Amino acid sequence: MRTLRTAPGPLPLVAGLVALLVASPLAFVGLQAAQAGGDTVHRLLARPVVATLLWHTVALTTVVTAGTLVLGFGAAYLVERTDLPGRRAWTVALAMPLAVPEFVHGYSWVSLFPQVQGYWGAVLVMTSSLYPLVFLPVAATLRHADASAEEVSRSLGRGRFATLWRVTLPLTRPALAGGALLVSLYLLGEYGAFSMLRYTTFATAIYNEYQTSFDMASASLLTLALVGLALLLVVLDARAARRGRVVREGTTGRGCTPVALGRWKPAAAAASAAVVAVTLGVPVFALLHWLVRGSSTTLPSASIVTETATTLGYSLTSAALATAAAVPVALYSWRRPTRLARTVERAAYLTRALPGIAVALSVVYFAIRYAQPLYQQPSLLVAGYVVLFFPLALTSVRASLAHVPHGVEDVARSLGVRRTVVLGRVVLPLILPGLGSAFAMVTLTASTELTATLLLRPTGTETLATQFWVYTTGLSYGAAAPYAAVMVALSVPAVLILTRRTFGAQPTAPKEN
Amino acid sequence: MSRIVLRSVRRSAVLATAVSLSALALAGCSGSNDSGGASSDKASGGSLKGQTITVYSGQHEQTVSALVKDFQARTGIKASVRSGDEAELANQILTEGPASPADVFFAENPPALTTLENRGLLAKADAPALAAVPSADSSAKGDWVGVSAREAAFVYDTGKLRASQVPSGVKDLAGPAWKGKLGIAPSETDFTPIVSRMIKAEGQAGAKSWLAGLKANSKVYGSNEDLVAAVNRGEVDGGVIDHYYWYRLRDEQGAAHIHSALGYFKQGDPGALVDVSGAGVLSHGKHQAAAQAFLAYLASRPAQQIIATSESYEYPLAAGVKNTKVSRALTASGPVTRAGDLGDGKDALQLLQSVGLL
Repeated sequence: MRTLRTAPGPLPLVAGLVALLVASPLAFVGLQAAQAGGDTVHRLLARPVVATLLWHTVALTTVVTAGTLVLGFGAAYLVERTDLPGRRAWTVALAMPLAVPEFVHGYSWVSLFPQVQGYWGAVLVMTSSLYPLVFLPVAATLRHADASAEEVSRSLGRGRFATLWRVTLPLTRPALAGGALLVSLYLLGEYGAFSMLRYTTFATAIYNEYQTSFDMASASLLTLALVGLALLLVVLDARAARRGRVVREGTTGRGCTPVALGRWKPAAAAASAAVVAVTLGVPVFALLHWLVRGSSTTLPSASIVTETATTLGYSLTSAALATAAAVPVALYSWRRPTRLARTVERAAYLTRALPGIAVALSVVYFAIRYAQPLYQQPSLLVAGYVVLFFPLALTSVRASLAHVPHGVEDVARSLGVRRTVVLGRVVLPLILPGLGSAFAMVTLTASTELTATLLLRPTGTETLATQFWVYTTGLSYGAAAPYAAVMVALSVPAVLILTRRTFGAQPTAPKEN
Repeated sequence: MSRIVLRSVRRSAVLATAVSLSALALAGCSGSNDSGGASSDKASGGSLKGQTITVYSGQHEQTVSALVKDFQARTGIKASVRSGDEAELANQILTEGPASPADVFFAENPPALTTLENRGLLAKADAPALAAVPSADSSAKGDWVGVSAREAAFVYDTGKLRASQVPSGVKDLAGPAWKGKLGIAPSETDFTPIVSRMIKAEGQAGAKSWLAGLKANSKVYGSNEDLVAAVNRGEVDGGVIDHYYWYRLRDEQGAAHIHSALGYFKQGDPGALVDVSGAGVLSHGKHQAAAQAFLAYLASRPAQQIIATSESYEYPLAAGVKNTKVSRALTASGPVTRAGDLGDGKDALQLLQSVGLL
């Protein structure tokens, strides 16, 4: 009998093209690094400081990733599986640190608590700004997963903690793995916050090389070393994710009866409040502080409206495109989990660890040679954002596909429906929450991007982030504050959409008789 | 079946509309991207009117936009400004190659310009622009023109140090007396020229052990903005910055919140650095004449007057124009450091890397 899946259709081609585009910065970095002579290689990589940077990078990435996993899972468990009062409000508040750009996180800590510096400072600031990347996908998984497995476990006499450890945790494994990968890749490439916190990593060394040397070969050489680290993480993640394929074979998931916190309720509420105070309270307080204290504080000029519209236009467009681009890649490796498909999917993640400046210069390099009419046109900045934030979209789409039972497409097709129609009528609706969260996540991140924006924007175009940068480099924090405030305000609806989209409606809990 | 198809067609139509709407919104943002008319090199002043030049600027944004506005009012030539970090912009020009849309590069420090000059990317500056500022302030080859100057200074916490305790030479800072009291920002393009001068004064080995001493004594900051703020709040006793960072901090925090002051190294010391910000015309630029007009304008009296009174707190270079907002006269520190002495900064950079400061 002919199986329904013999003809692969255009999907591998489309997925391959997207992966090629997204991985093009890797080619650029390799190309540039190849121009470094043996002397340069020795001078740059045999320095004693390289070992220190490597250690700094690994130590920070490990601890922060672990921290975000604990915090993210814990918070998601509290809001999705317990009877913590006001869970809806907590969900929004716990996701909200995403609305604060990382440079605002960094600066608020440094300006309010100068002692927050170095390793532990970086751990604190990065954990508190990045944990929503774990919290959201895990909470979404818990919300949509059928709770019957957990109920069965409890009905069989397993305690709360045994159920949590043996059933709930494995259920969220793909979400945890995806979140951990994003957090750790982000840490590898981060510069701004570490520079403020006086912590050096491989990425800060790379930025310094770009910013002081006008020598792309050596900067690219260091970047390649960073890509090596990223590769290691991606392989680790592939191992973790391979073991977890969570498929719900029923039609609809049922919500579960919340675990009663009992006397732990006040402690859980206090812990949630502490997390929100630290991760959200500090930056909000710092913003107000700048506005009140700074002598340069004025009413922002009318152009702030234009800059807001520009920022929105760019981030929404690139979010739509990045999400659309993520679908074929995720779908390809979901349908045919071959080694090749997995490799294509993984390659796309590596770009996330590249410093923004390397990605931006690569877009400059390719665009001016092969797409000159687009150079410094709006579409170029959009392309840059798509390349930079594609992995964010891919993670969300991939996580939601992991919950779609494989047979679904075959069943639909066996009823005589064409492939594209199956996609539009069956698969896409099933992963709609994932598409929504991909869209919101890219919107959020793109609306605060700075490094690539400075290099790729059309000359004369200002976004909120570039204006913020203009004022802070002139030490005019008061004048910069309104721009940061608007960035945060703009991101709030995106986070709300993200929480709504990610979670959808709360499945009704079974009625107790 | 057909209903299913129809519905999905309608959906994709809605999607297409949404996409084209956002494309329109984006097209609306692009605005100032007209190519700016003819590119004839020997155009007379009149025909330059209405041209648009592209300026890549690593300079203080507010000052540059005041300059551009005035330039446009005087000449009718529009200038669209791309602001960014000077090194990132230089990297961008290098990556763009001959196709670069840049007509003018306005840098913060000479090494960025020297790098472009060495790669043959700068056109000779017209004589009137070069003549308007002292010849030592521009490129020896005449490829770029000095526009303004900044001075290296020692910012110190007035609660911990008196003016008399300001070291007379930057070399002293590597001594044991400063252990744990110093801040430096070695990743700033403003810091490399001091290292270049130390190499010139002390040789490679001498400069290297000086840097090692500095490293042992210092807390390392990511930028001069962070460093000056750290000194002002008492985190470290002092550090080397360009003078204007302190003035800008004073503007922002208000004099009442300033607990620091500027001191200067003695004339002739490698730390007594007067560094020029200059601008050059890109040799592949499509608006050579208009770009030269902008260069000439930057060196002219009206532009220098704007620089002298702006919030960038830089020193103008043209004779007879003085910055009255900065208490110290530019001449107090001695001559401007020649760009040739600073080179492209590669030696300094490698030394910084070899001691682990970068």
